Amino acid sequence: MKYKREEIVYALVLIAPFILAYTLFLIYPTIYQITLSFQKAPLVGTGEWIGLENYSKLINDKLFWKALSNTGVFVLWTVVPNTLLGLMFAMMVIRHRPIFQAVILACFFIPHILPVTVVTEMWTWLLSKQFGIIQEILDAFDTKRINFFTSRYWAMPMVAFITIWWTIGFNIVLFIAGLRNINPEIYEASEMEGASRIKQFRYITWPLIWPVTALVLTLQLIFQMKIFDQMYLLTGGGPFNSTLVVLQLVYNKAFQNNDGGYAAAISLVLFGIILMTSILQYQVLKKQED
Amino acid sequence: MSQRIPNILLSLLTAIFAITWIFPVYWAIATSIKHEVDVTSKNTEIVPTSMTLIEYVRVFKESNILTWYINSLGTSILITLLVIIISMMCGYALSQLNFPGKRVLWWMVLASIMVPTTALVIALFVLIADFNLINTWAGIILPQIISPVCVVVFKQFFDAVPRELREAAILDGAKEHNLLLNLYFPMSFGITAALAIVTYIGAWNQFWWPFIMTTQEEKFTVTIAISSVQDAFGVRYAREMALAVLAGFPVAAAYLVFQKKVTNALMMTSGIKG
Repeated sequence: MKYKREEIVYALVLIAPFILAYTLFLIYPTIYQITLSFQKAPLVGTGEWIGLENYSKLINDKLFWKALSNTGVFVLWTVVPNTLLGLMFAMMVIRHRPIFQAVILACFFIPHILPVTVVTEMWTWLLSKQFGIIQEILDAFDTKRINFFTSRYWAMPMVAFITIWWTIGFNIVLFIAGLRNINPEIYEASEMEGASRIKQFRYITWPLIWPVTALVLTLQLIFQMKIFDQMYLLTGGGPFNSTLVVLQLVYNKAFQNNDGGYAAAISLVLFGIILMTSILQYQVLKKQED
Repeated sequence: MSQRIPNILLSLLTAIFAITWIFPVYWAIATSIKHEVDVTSKNTEIVPTSMTLIEYVRVFKESNILTWYINSLGTSILITLLVIIISMMCGYALSQLNFPGKRVLWWMVLASIMVPTTALVIALFVLIADFNLINTWAGIILPQIISPVCVVVFKQFFDAVPRELREAAILDGAKEHNLLLNLYFPMSFGITAALAIVTYIGAWNQFWWPFIMTTQEEKFTVTIAISSVQDAFGVRYAREMALAVLAGFPVAAAYLVFQKKVTNALMMTSGIKG
């Protein structure tokens, strides 16, 4: 191919900022973090090369496996319910006239627009053991009040529930877009033939919406694996590490124990898992498009 | 005819779900305009009977909220500007210009969508510390200025612009380096605004990077501050809720005003064409 000199110069000027930022804040940190993971090093300062020692330490670290499995449990609690509830709410919203649609959608979507700290403050208040309104509902059912975030049984599911409350609006929006793309004539035809709502869902909606469902599932999976904010703000990893997730462990090792090398190794494991999931997602979505 | 009753029931169910879903937000606002005595009293009022803005006044008087607001606004606006400018230029070059290495660059952009930068926290913290930028706006902004998704959206938008427009402009004597600013940018205004709004909301809401990059209270963004300084208030729910409402207001307002643009941008950036 022939290039024009002037065009090349102009193109280089346009792409230079992106390439500079890309190199400095993506490529360099990736390489640096990989080299750091082979060192015994403080967070800032020089370290000593120890080869694979951080990784062998990691394999025998019970806390690391605990954090990994807690992250997995959180993903299980959130991803599938968030996706299915999102589809259900989207189907509920879309049945209404445009003006009601906008109002109902806003009710579901506004939480998603709020900063995570606003969300956690709100729920801390709603669930406050002494004055929380949800505790009063428990009273009405003659149930003992629960300290949700310091209970081994409740902390994880409660943070998962709050996460669903917070993020579901996004899924609903994607599902609504998908549902609108389904040709209404298909429903009309099936109604003429007397198909019930359940049959319509099973044989029309579900298969036709599946590409969106797959997209939402994978986006959710990648997003929820990075759990830190809500968990840190609501439980801090407790009680007894029962809600300690991988990024919290990274944070503790790096910023509290000043163990930069080990923290780098832990975060690279998460990095690898998410990267592989993303590549898998890309392959799946590409197949669907073909 | 037989479907009528289930339809009403379904609508009712939808309304109940929607009201339950938004209730926590309502409750925060309701609490924030109550007197502290009423908040902790035995009779819980769902609709406050005596309203007051006293807790809002106290938040402004007794906390650094104005500083946090300025930090949030400043960093969010700068992140938005940088992301839009960098992504638009790169997307334009990828779409309209010929240069060596174009395929490699495009591949790099696509690949970086998959890279979880959150997990690069250690290296990015060290980098920012090496630049001596901890507790500065630059420290908060820099890790957030790459948005490969925005590059992709811009490239695809420019790809869809008919070539004839470009050729006509060049015949009229337009210079190559004026085309982006005078022809393509005005055309992409809708998409640019949509991407800018979601970038701004995302930056305002960002917890992880400002949390890592700041340690001094006067450098906090609102999002960080409201959770870090609650202890200073003791257990004062009306005031905490007032602070939470103030922190959420700028993004909730942006959403309510630009509802359509926000949802469109979300669809574009996650790969659904709405």
